[in-house]
Formats: sequence, C-alpha cells, structure tokens
Amino acid sequence: MASPQPRVGVVTYPGSQDDRDALWALSALDAEAVPVWHEERELPDLDAVVLPGGFSYGDYLRCGAIARFSPATAAVCEFAEAGGLVLGICNGFQILCEAGLLPGVLLRNESLRFVCRDVPLVVERDDLPFTSRCTVGQTITIPVKHGDGRWFAPSELVRELEANRQVVLRYAEACNGSVADVAGICNERGNVLGLMPHPEHAVDPLLGSADGALILASLVEAARERVLAAI
Amino acid sequence: MKATVLVRPKQGILDPQGEAVESALEHLGFSVSGARVGKVVDLEVEAGDADEARAQVERMCEQLLANPLIESFEVEIHG
Repeated sequence: MASPQPRVGVVTYPGSQDDRDALWALSALDAEAVPVWHEERELPDLDAVVLPGGFSYGDYLRCGAIARFSPATAAVCEFAEAGGLVLGICNGFQILCEAGLLPGVLLRNESLRFVCRDVPLVVERDDLPFTSRCTVGQTITIPVKHGDGRWFAPSELVRELEANRQVVLRYAEACNGSVADVAGICNERGNVLGLMPHPEHAVDPLLGSADGALILASLVEAARERVLAAI
Repeated sequence: MKATVLVRPKQGILDPQGEAVESALEHLGFSVSGARVGKVVDLEVEAGDADEARAQVERMCEQLLANPLIESFEVEIHG
C-alpha cells in the first residue's frame, strides 16, 4: 500500500500573505494541502493545521488580536486542545499567542526596522512533531520578514518555559530583540509550535536554503504517522 | 455613555517607538525624557450609569483592548 498523504490545512485570513506559499510547500513535501477559509466554523477532516504569515486584519490593535476572533481560529483552538498538530508561522505565531495557545506576545522589533533576511537558528528540540528531522544544536538557516517579531514574556514565565524546554528555536545572531533569543516556542504538550521565521519560503535550494523543509517535512511526517495510526 | 480607554506599555517593557519619538523631540531642541507611546480608544457604550459603563469597559480591556502581559489600561467615563 502506498503511504497515505496526510491532509494539512492552511487557514487564510483577510490579510494573510503566505498561505499560497505554505500550500505549495506542503504539496511539494507530499502532503495534501487543504485551503481553509477564515469563516469556516468547523475544520474539514485534517491531520495538521498551519496558520500562515501575513497581516491578518491589517494588524489592527495588536498583531493577531482580531484574527483570534475568526470562526476558524476557534476551530483551530478546539483542534489543538484535542491534541491536533498546529504550526503558526510569523503572523500565525502572533495569532496563537493572542489566542492563548502559546505563551508570550510578539512586539515591535527593537530596531523599529522591518527585518527581511536569512537568519541562522539553533535547534533546541528534536523530539517534537515539528523538528524530528533536525538534531539538537544544529544550526539551520530560514528567512524572517517581520516588523513585530520581538517575542516577550515576563522573566518568571521565561524561567518556567526554559525549565519545560518549550523554547524550540533560538536566533543564533541578533535579529529583533526577542527575550532569550526566542525564534520559536511550543506549548507544554508539544503539539503547537509558533515561529517567526518562514520555513515555507525555504523548501527549495533555488531560493537560498532548503532548511525550512526540515520543519515542514517533520510536520508532514508526524501527520502521516497519525493517519497510519488511525487506519 | 462616552468612554475613553488609555492603553500604555507597562513599566519595564522596552518601547522602541517611545525612544524614537524622544530622540526626534531632542532633534527639535526639546529637553525630554521617558517618552512612551500608547493608544487611545474612544467609544460609546450603552449603560444605565457610570459604574456599569466602567465595569463594561474594563471587561473590554481585559478581553481585547489591552494585552495584560505588556500593557496597562486606564478607563475614563465622560457621563
């Protein structure tokens, strides 16, 4: 029997920009990429969900603050609470923080400049559904492009997250002023990951790096295992 | 009932916008320090009296208008 293609949804909000790249990258990595409209109250049958980058609702009030109220976000929260795999990229990360699925908040970059370049990241966890193709201590290069990427949490919360090993990716060089150089963080259960860098823009060496595929292919593989487990 | 909400970055939170504004004011020749940039939200709320209006607007702040990790808020009710 051919190995099953997992179904990975990508939510499009008004103002999402990277939904198509995410759909393309997931298809290239042998997933069935399923577009999900923000007004959908129930998710279709999915094995994982990606919240893409962009500027949902124009970043009004605070980035991610309004998208939190989209019907699809409520459905994604239920999906995550049931143990479903959820990956938030850039604006998707901001939405997951505002929705309370991930700890902390993303603030304006320390430099006040929009940062758009490839950045080296150090992998801190390789035992997650999002990082199984990486190794701890490995440096991977994935582009960032954001104005509000400075992750922040109060120091006592940061200590708790470090103790729980929830920091998954750190910037290997100064990027935006994030506390503890956090580039990506997961929930305690490890089924929700948010990161500011864009793995979907780095799945083809033609674009400068294919390291993003390490993250997305890990996700696709984990989603496929879930399909196989359900058969 | 008219209400005004002031949302401020909490003390200790780095506010690069405030720093940029402060430096621009210094360029203009003003001697300033401690500039912080927040937000103002004006709104009208249906309520029987000022206390009820305040309670409603405070709930709005807690649920949406301010992020308690990084922002403090102040509510003014204008009757």
